[in-house]
Amino acid sequence: MRAIAVFLLLAIFPLVMQAMDNLFYVSFASRVLIYAIAATSLNLVLGYGGMVSFGHAAFFGGGAFVVGILAVEGLRSVWLAWPIAIAVAALAALVIGAMSLRTRGVYFIMITLAFAQMIYYIFVSLKAYGGDDGLQMPGRSTLGFGRLGNDLVWYYVVLALLAAVLYAMHRLVHSRFGRVIAAIRENEARAEAIGFPVYRYKLLCFVIAGGIGGLAGALIANQSSYVSPSLLHWIQSGTLMIMVILGGVGTLWGGVIGAAVLLGLEHLIADYRIGWLAKLAPNYQDHAGLAVGIVLLTIVMLAPEGIAGFFGRRRHA
Amino acid sequence: MLELRGVSKRFGGVVATDDVTLEVTKGELHAVIGPNGAGKTTLIGQVSGVLATDSGRIIFNGADITLLPAHARVAAGLARSYQITSIFRRFTVLDNLALAVQARSGSSFRFWRPAHAERALFDEARAIAAEIGLSARLDAVAATLAHGEQRALEVGLALATRPQLVLLDEPMAGMGPQESQAMIALIAKMRERVTVLLVEHDMDAVFRLANRISVLVNGRVIATGAPAQIRADAEVRKAYLGEELAA
Repeated sequence: MRAIAVFLLLAIFPLVMQAMDNLFYVSFASRVLIYAIAATSLNLVLGYGGMVSFGHAAFFGGGAFVVGILAVEGLRSVWLAWPIAIAVAALAALVIGAMSLRTRGVYFIMITLAFAQMIYYIFVSLKAYGGDDGLQMPGRSTLGFGRLGNDLVWYYVVLALLAAVLYAMHRLVHSRFGRVIAAIRENEARAEAIGFPVYRYKLLCFVIAGGIGGLAGALIANQSSYVSPSLLHWIQSGTLMIMVILGGVGTLWGGVIGAAVLLGLEHLIADYRIGWLAKLAPNYQDHAGLAVGIVLLTIVMLAPEGIAGFFGRRRHA
Repeated sequence: MLELRGVSKRFGGVVATDDVTLEVTKGELHAVIGPNGAGKTTLIGQVSGVLATDSGRIIFNGADITLLPAHARVAAGLARSYQITSIFRRFTVLDNLALAVQARSGSSFRFWRPAHAERALFDEARAIAAEIGLSARLDAVAATLAHGEQRALEVGLALATRPQLVLLDEPMAGMGPQESQAMIALIAKMRERVTVLLVEHDMDAVFRLANRISVLVNGRVIATGAPAQIRADAEVRKAYLGEELAA
């Protein structure tokens, strides 16, 4: 019920903004929803699976580059380019996961980080596809009908995909597979001892998350028809991680809330001058990152289980 | 049913199990006793597949399982319980057991249908709960159970995988006399259905439950036989039982 209400509000939002002639916020909201998909996919491995992956940017940025490169090469169809982006990201997750999941704890964090950075440096050195400067796409992917170029249409496409991802996630975590994943997070040794091939379950979970991350990447590339190598950078992995922790680790809405709060906060601090704060520290906006950090720290201290915890939903057992 | 042939395990320079040869026949309750550090838990680890075996072979139902991973041994019908309670602490009792049932009933690579809709899993889990005396605690979160109840659930998780042979690693660990009696009754009931390899310090329990006993000292089996034989064995008395049985 609550989910339906939230999506109704999100569906009305752009109409209200249009009435107020403020289309900037429609575009901004699309961006938030795309990050919500990316953070949700990370939450599947990090929150539900208990695998602290510090390399999710590889799949997010990877998906973006696949769509970008295909567009430059003339393939712009949503129906081909996006599934390819998802498949490539999932395949990358299969390779990275197959090796990383042999390790645990800090080693897992470090090895996923290392793989992602490796991919970052590969793309930065691909001069044919923008290198350092990033890749400019000729325009958004094409549907075959309608126009994705319209920001309003684009918003609804992204919103529909987020709804689909959340619903699929909801089904997944309550399915047999989801129960096994939760059990592995809870007690890996025992999960193996009652007969589950733990490694295979973790790997598949990692691959599914990678694929969804690739979808989010395909969307972010289309958001501004530009693919920046910073999407692959470890800071991007960190940002997604902060969103998940902020929103609620292992909660269905954690990624969505985290993305909205973090991006909203960055926008608020960087683009609005708050009177009383400006009196205290006139050039606080030059240090927006620091200001965001302080607010985040406060939130995390007040809500150690993430903001989703405030809404009464406990972590899935 | 289970045959260990010259099974050994070394940790660095320390020999934990040394050329252990042992046979568990179908339907018996075979106890392994021995002083602390004799290698009992290591042996359980080797049989269950958590620890790799350095040399020797492990045969289960005629098949060599020495190199089989732990989860595959469960599928073959070999389950274990832990000396240090290892349950899914944030799951309810019912969910703990249903999960273990799920492990042995069909593929769990199913991604859409809610597991809670599968009546069969939960019916079987309830039956196991009744068997281990936790019927009244189905909805309790495992972490909140009393120690004795957690130990019962620990054994229940092994039973829920429908094993042919169950390895019990000190099921009575840390229990008071009353809880021990309940556990003894549970094991006595379970051995009618499944073959049991029991590692236990509680001599009273071992001599009441076991059909045969093997004595492990410094990683080696120094004697195997019926309880009366073991009680009378001079070498066993000297090496281990000593004052405990002298009385």
